[in-house]
Amino acid sequence: MIETLQALAEPNRFHIVELLREGPRPVGDMAHRLGLRQPQVSKHLRVLSDAGLVDVRVDAQRRIYALRPAPLKELEVWIATYRRIWEGNFQRLDSVLEGLKAKEKKRGRTRR
Amino acid sequence: MQNSGTLKVTTPSEREIALTRVFDAPRHLVFEAWTKPELVKRWLYGPDDWRLAVCEMDLRVGGATRFVWRHGDGKEMGMSGVFRQIAPPDRLVFTEIWDQDWTGGEALNTIAFTEHAGKTTLTQTVLYASRSARDGALQTGMERGAAVSYDRLAELLKS
Repeated sequence: MIETLQALAEPNRFHIVELLREGPRPVGDMAHRLGLRQPQVSKHLRVLSDAGLVDVRVDAQRRIYALRPAPLKELEVWIATYRRIWEGNFQRLDSVLEGLKAKEKKRGRTRR
Repeated sequence: MQNSGTLKVTTPSEREIALTRVFDAPRHLVFEAWTKPELVKRWLYGPDDWRLAVCEMDLRVGGATRFVWRHGDGKEMGMSGVFRQIAPPDRLVFTEIWDQDWTGGEALNTIAFTEHAGKTTLTQTVLYASRSARDGALQTGMERGAAVSYDRLAELLKS
């Protein structure tokens, strides 16, 4: 997980992952789109590959990179769990607020 | 129309986590529910099997906060802090640091309450000391959540 986040935290690598969301691409194409030199892109792709975020296949002379969804799925589950804790908290807060609203309404009536 | 009940979790910067949620109540009540310990204890306790055993809030600038969550099996997690700003009903700012300090230093919690047509949007932003601290906090959420919700986690993994 930390590895995934570290890999994604670098802006160029994040952009590479965004590009790959649209489908597999060769290195040269990504370098062109990102305005980076090919060796730089290759270096970033190596980090992404080590983190399990991309796969490579060789097609004639070209190296084609594709996204591997597994680590992203894991990230999603992880954030979903964090969210669920707070969803639980806030649902209970909803009922506390219902109670406060009812009390306030009652107080308002008594005053009148 | 604002969609009450939907929680949004975002990471506005690499050191922050923000939670946004709309409540069907005016903001002075939401503020009250966030600042009166006897009310806070009724909702701020995370997954089932945990409860907020200690909730102390000395509600003034410089005043201390102390929270201790206790699990059914006796495990405890404590967090202390200090109020930096109290502006009812629209803003509450306090520091937080966990006893185990898994977030690598103090974090700053800002809670903003905005009201529209009788509903309150609560935005709770935690600014951590570093990116790894922020990630660690998310991780803690994962572990705590996972411990009690394996079933739901498994469901998610299947989808």
